[in-house]
Amino acid sequence: MSAPVTPPATAATQAAPPPPETVTVKVNGKTVQVPKTMPNWQGKPEATTMLQAARCAGVDIPHYCYHDKLPVAGNCRMCLVEFGTPMIGPDRKPVLNEDGSPKIARSVLPYEPGTPRGAIACATPISPGMEIYADSPATKQMREAVLESLLINHPLDCPICDQAGECKLQEYSVQHGQAESRFVEAKVHKPKAVDLGPRIILDDERCVLCTRCIRFTKDIVNDDALGIVNRGSYNTISAFPGKTFDNNYTLNTVDLCPVGALTSKDFRFKMRVWFLKETASVCTTCGTGCNTTIGSREGVVHRLEPRANDAVNGPWMCDTGRLNYKWIARADRLKEVRVGGRKSTWSTALREITAKLSTAPAGSVAIVASARQTNEELFLLKRLATKLGAITDSIAREGEPDRLLVSGDRNPNSTGARLTGVSFTEAGIQLPKIAAGIASGTIRSLIVFGEDVTQHGIDASLLAKLDMLVVSDILPNATTEAATHLLPGAAAPEKRGTFVNVKGRLQKFHKAVEAPGDARPEIEFLQELADAVAGPTGTSTIEGLFNRMTADIPAFGGVQWSAVGDTGVTLSL
Amino acid sequence: MSTKVVERKPLSAWERSYIPSFLGGLGVTWNHFKRTAPFLGNKPITMEYPEQKWVVPEGYRGAPYLVKDQEGATKCVSCQLCEFVCPPKAIRITPPGENGQPADRANAEKMPREFEINMLRCIFCGLCQEVCPEEAIFLQKDYSLTGTSREEMVYNKEKLLKLGGTHAGIQKWKHKLEEAEAQESFPVATEPQKHSH
Repeated sequence: MSAPVTPPATAATQAAPPPPETVTVKVNGKTVQVPKTMPNWQGKPEATTMLQAARCAGVDIPHYCYHDKLPVAGNCRMCLVEFGTPMIGPDRKPVLNEDGSPKIARSVLPYEPGTPRGAIACATPISPGMEIYADSPATKQMREAVLESLLINHPLDCPICDQAGECKLQEYSVQHGQAESRFVEAKVHKPKAVDLGPRIILDDERCVLCTRCIRFTKDIVNDDALGIVNRGSYNTISAFPGKTFDNNYTLNTVDLCPVGALTSKDFRFKMRVWFLKETASVCTTCGTGCNTTIGSREGVVHRLEPRANDAVNGPWMCDTGRLNYKWIARADRLKEVRVGGRKSTWSTALREITAKLSTAPAGSVAIVASARQTNEELFLLKRLATKLGAITDSIAREGEPDRLLVSGDRNPNSTGARLTGVSFTEAGIQLPKIAAGIASGTIRSLIVFGEDVTQHGIDASLLAKLDMLVVSDILPNATTEAATHLLPGAAAPEKRGTFVNVKGRLQKFHKAVEAPGDARPEIEFLQELADAVAGPTGTSTIEGLFNRMTADIPAFGGVQWSAVGDTGVTLSL
Repeated sequence: MSTKVVERKPLSAWERSYIPSFLGGLGVTWNHFKRTAPFLGNKPITMEYPEQKWVVPEGYRGAPYLVKDQEGATKCVSCQLCEFVCPPKAIRITPPGENGQPADRANAEKMPREFEINMLRCIFCGLCQEVCPEEAIFLQKDYSLTGTSREEMVYNKEKLLKLGGTHAGIQKWKHKLEEAEAQESFPVATEPQKHSH
């Protein structure tokens, strides 16, 4: 075993990076030191803006068009703030007050020096000694005026708008707006319920023209599909003629849209957002492991949303992953424990399996695990396999990668399967050996987790030769039908655990809903089985099991469950 | 806090004979008899419920029902604010979903697939009426809600709409549509056109 001692040594010998150059500014009278440059939407250093400086001071300046990960457009005007800069005398020296402090010149209109003039905080760089007045009367007045202007043609149809409850227009109206509109003319009407693409509905009347969606699809996805047509108050977001907005990232524009203009067809009129319980989770559709938030109510998953994690997915996720949750509520989910094809109980099934495995001769058991299982489950399976001298493997699942987030590896935990020792460098190379073992009669028992082995060279006639076929799965398939012991398992939103993504990021996910019927999270019955067959692990919690696993497997570096936050840790592989 | 001890006087032999209390009680009964006996020219002061019904005063908070507008359309748009605000969680709304039945009037986009009020849970507080942005639910004058099972006391959308009747309103969705249609015709009319339908 080669202990990874090199990285700390090099880190210690390297010179500490120079402290970032800072600028001192005042936000609402509070002096703060902020870095002179901060990462822009592409992560490159750029002069710090007033909005970023205010954030450093803990002051949130309201905004619609600004987004950390999109180019700055500066068109919504919501972030207008009054500011001041130190006065410079004719001698190019700072003008001082009587008490010696620098005299500040407030921003005013050049042709009307009594009138305060705002600047958009999202695009105005800070300068030394600058003062930002994020809640001065002039700033408040500017915000009220901007909101009143944005609401001039807004339909105010919150009762039928899916965005209601997470709408920045609603939030800022309450925080910064005035309650009454002075607009008496008829509102400009624009197209409603426009079918923008296979997954997106656009309501142009609700749009505040922030262009976040346009910038996202052009600059992030490289699919220049959206634009603004018509002039003045008839400005309308539209897909280019003959083009539909159908790339694999369209649903991110629904999250980006600060108002209810872009809504998801999938989530349309399904549930009001204030009822949704939010659970931090990880997408299981590919090896990237995008961080997600599951929105569920009373045991029903209603939507997935990306959860920002700059180490993995930024604030985005792909549409395929986002819509990959409906099978959880399928009616044909496995809900019953079955022994010999008949409905049974957990205690009977586990007792029979334990009895069989405890007396199995070495080498007579094989285990096909799934790289969709959690590290903890795989660790327990490996424990079982070591005791039984069993061959183990998992099944590779490949697809077409893309340039943004989708990984070619369609298993969420291939790395975890390798680290726990369930599969080898290449998943699936042991399968022919298992098939041959069953054919020759040396393998008498097969344990399959979450895979249909009949699709991978172990067909039904081979399965019929086995003495015992233990299968745990979520949905029925040819393997579950052949099982002598069928153990209904849980989908990722129904259990807790960790995955390691293709880049070695160890990530935790939480339970959002209950598994249906008798189905149980695999960890619960695997623990019972592994304890009975391979001796107790000395822990009954998932936290304890995780800590045991990371202590046992050097690649995990002894990381504790409590140290894996909701955004995960990167393992040095 | 200070405590005041009240002295209890012992009863005299006359009082302990029950006779003064008995006579006092008789006196009360006699007075009531004089005030209420019909043959002494008194009007009846009790109500023969349920044959005779009580006149419910204005502003009474009876059972909440859904109402239709003057054109017979369901006013509820399934915004679920009443479900959210309901203190005893008596209201349960099933939203229409993506492919659900559209609203039965133009432009309102949606209405509930199902709307249930459990009248056994309802506490007649009126918050649903107060929160409703569509004036679609009102506490009406029904106070005697009976049923022979719990299921029967869960009123569904059909029943609530039938019991609720009509409540004329401003028909904002209709007027929005008229305004939009007016802008489609050129030259643009300065006043929203009134449509005959």
